[in-house]
Amino acid sequence: MANIAPTDAGYVPPAEVEDTELHDPQSFITKYIWSQDHKVIAIQYSMTALAVGMVALVLSWLMRLQLGFPETFSFIDEADYYQFITMHGMIMVIYLLTALFLGGFGNYLIPLMVGARDMVFPYLNMLSFWVYLLAVLVLMASFFVPGGPTGAGWTLYPPQAILSGTPGQEYGIVLMLASLVIFIVAFTMGGLNYVTTALQGRTRGMTLMRLPLTVWGIVTASILGLLAFPALFVGGVMMLLDKVLGTSFFMPTIVELGEQLEYGGGSPLLFQHLFWFFGHPEVYIVALPAFGIVSDLLATHARKSIFGYRMMVWAILAIGGLSFVVWAHHMFVSGMNPYFGFFFATTTLIIAVPTAIKVYNWVLTLWQADIHLTLPMLFSIGFIVTFVNGGITGLFLGNVVVDVPLSDTMFVVAHFHMVMGVAPILVIFGAIYHWYPLMTGRMLNEGMGQFHFWVTFLGAYLIYFPMHYLGFIGVPRRYYELGDTTFIPESAETLNAFITVAALVVGFAQLVFLYNMIHSFMKGRKSSQNPWSSASLEWQTPQKPPVHGNWGPSLPIVYRWAYDYSVPGAGRDYVPQNLPPDQVGDTDDPQPIGGGPVPAGQAAGVMEANK
Amino acid sequence: MTIFHQIVDKPWLPLSDQVEQLHSGRSFHLPQKKLALRFFFAVGTVIFSLLTVSYAERMAYEVWRPLPETWLLWSNAAVLLFSSVAFQRATVCARRGETPSVQKALYAGGFFTLLFLAGQLLSWHQLQTGNALDPRNPANEFFILITGLHGLHLLGGLVVWGRTVLKLRRGSNPAVICRSVELCTAYWHFLFIIWLALFGLLFFPGGSLPIICRAF
Repeated sequence: MANIAPTDAGYVPPAEVEDTELHDPQSFITKYIWSQDHKVIAIQYSMTALAVGMVALVLSWLMRLQLGFPETFSFIDEADYYQFITMHGMIMVIYLLTALFLGGFGNYLIPLMVGARDMVFPYLNMLSFWVYLLAVLVLMASFFVPGGPTGAGWTLYPPQAILSGTPGQEYGIVLMLASLVIFIVAFTMGGLNYVTTALQGRTRGMTLMRLPLTVWGIVTASILGLLAFPALFVGGVMMLLDKVLGTSFFMPTIVELGEQLEYGGGSPLLFQHLFWFFGHPEVYIVALPAFGIVSDLLATHARKSIFGYRMMVWAILAIGGLSFVVWAHHMFVSGMNPYFGFFFATTTLIIAVPTAIKVYNWVLTLWQADIHLTLPMLFSIGFIVTFVNGGITGLFLGNVVVDVPLSDTMFVVAHFHMVMGVAPILVIFGAIYHWYPLMTGRMLNEGMGQFHFWVTFLGAYLIYFPMHYLGFIGVPRRYYELGDTTFIPESAETLNAFITVAALVVGFAQLVFLYNMIHSFMKGRKSSQNPWSSASLEWQTPQKPPVHGNWGPSLPIVYRWAYDYSVPGAGRDYVPQNLPPDQVGDTDDPQPIGGGPVPAGQAAGVMEANK
Repeated sequence: MTIFHQIVDKPWLPLSDQVEQLHSGRSFHLPQKKLALRFFFAVGTVIFSLLTVSYAERMAYEVWRPLPETWLLWSNAAVLLFSSVAFQRATVCARRGETPSVQKALYAGGFFTLLFLAGQLLSWHQLQTGNALDPRNPANEFFILITGLHGLHLLGGLVVWGRTVLKLRRGSNPAVICRSVELCTAYWHFLFIIWLALFGLLFFPGGSLPIICRAF
């Protein structure tokens, strides 16, 4: 590696963005409930997402019990099963993963990583969380209405989603659609904040090419969300009108239970296009933050600069752009024009190029690095392996001729769980182990963490590897039970039972993780100022956890990127982003900048010009 | 160089460092709220573009016919134009620091917007009661949906308009008022352009769009 210490003069552009207005909480309620502090909102988002994620986890157990041991549990009937899969899928994708990555990590990390005191619109940020909570409550309410939640599958395809025979077609589907529309309103408020803060709230010296990849990933995902969620919004509103007012946006002329309905002329296929125009970018709304975060975890815990930073940034942007032109690969079996199939198969394969660049760069970052097998590093390596596995099966499904026979089989279930379920969740766990000390001032218990990692990582493979084989032999997805099917051997039933046992064990490991978080919060070992010796800005705040306003009296000045690890000529094995160039050779621990409380004038709001 | 050294050699690293240490990026010279509004325009454009695509898809069907043209919608379009012009006038006056004129222009902008919304509601009523509606024509429900969503965007704008008027009445900093008025004006222009596009889509398909749709 080149010796950058003496020559890294630390170009600092003049201050182009003034200090931001800061909300000044006075009471318990304004500090912790109606809080406008991005860190509190991040924790509110995360706790809500994890709580609703637990509901989805329990639903997956119930599903697996039915699949593994059919005709054993009398309390699970066909309708229940469809409701479980629908709610599990929607909660995991939207209300857990999207909310946790963007609302949780985005909120906590963006202002700290760009050197801002808060989000640029703190009130809107607070509103975003409360509207998100409303969306969650509306969704959860569907468990308690007559008929229960919708069982239309997470894709909510019409016409079946709103017709008799589908569980929850009376109230459940209405609450689901209403909840999604509310969620999108919440996300739009949050997304505008994340993007504007990252672009306009950066401190002096924090140029775009010095941003940590975590910020690049989260911000690009937010832009994708802002442009993709409107498709779900439009589709959701139109289907809501079809259900409630009897319009026919998606409803064709149709007979229900022998009775001709008043619907007519609508196009169910139109909904599929709208849904997947949102649905495929949604994969990257979840994946891009994971890509960014894992890049930072790898560099920090391998004590090496990220390989090919600029290439990583461009790859994130290229993946984001391409994700809007691949959506119809989810619809190869819908009877589309073969030329369209060819087009979408081609774009799908092209998106593998920037994705592969990222994987190579992660591996090259680890190449000859000083790898510390800490928990965040273990989860990061687990992510790379799992993402490559899930991504390669995606190449199978991206080809029309291979996709058609595999469509609607367990192979698809295994593929998307590996690539956008397990892989991003491994990053979430790694990120929690990494940033938990920053958020709480305490370390998570290492023993419980090791147990959590190994059971989750190996368990996930025990669940999803066999599932690919089930798909190959033709076991369909979304079936309550297989029954007497000639082409499915008895061994498939045995494999299903095995997968169920593995799923229950992996689920138990998540309870250990939750216990670890609560236990360590109260009794965990106190963390040092910068336990991972990280160079990025969020670890350089004067207090741990950072207090309101983050930076004390003065904002940090940034002199370099976030990846100066093991720099020859430097006094320590990392150079914080805000360390002045003349102190790079010092061997003492760098002192945090600023210190002390935020001056009252600043807290009350000093900047009128940027309102 | 031994074969082992050749394998482990990484000649690209020094070059990579030189590139990665350039750090020549800059911040944008754009107020935060203006940037956020531009992103919101992108969100709104996607919403109305998708509605346009959805509507165009239905135009390809036999049952589709254009909506009956009414004078009321022409006058509504004119009223929204007046509203947009009033906001533009408010911006010009705010930049000159002519506070009383800003107030008048803002009131006019708000008034014309409310008039436009009332006109849209009246057009819904007229279309439903005038026997002009064929219940099988998909254009009807799209008309209600598209104008409804457009109206909701205007109502949201009126909330910000109300806050701007309050700031003005309380005698806030002229620079702050000027920025708020500029944001309102940009938003109203945006919604006026969207309305023109939707108006054209709903009432003047010109024959080419359904033909394109039928081709697919």
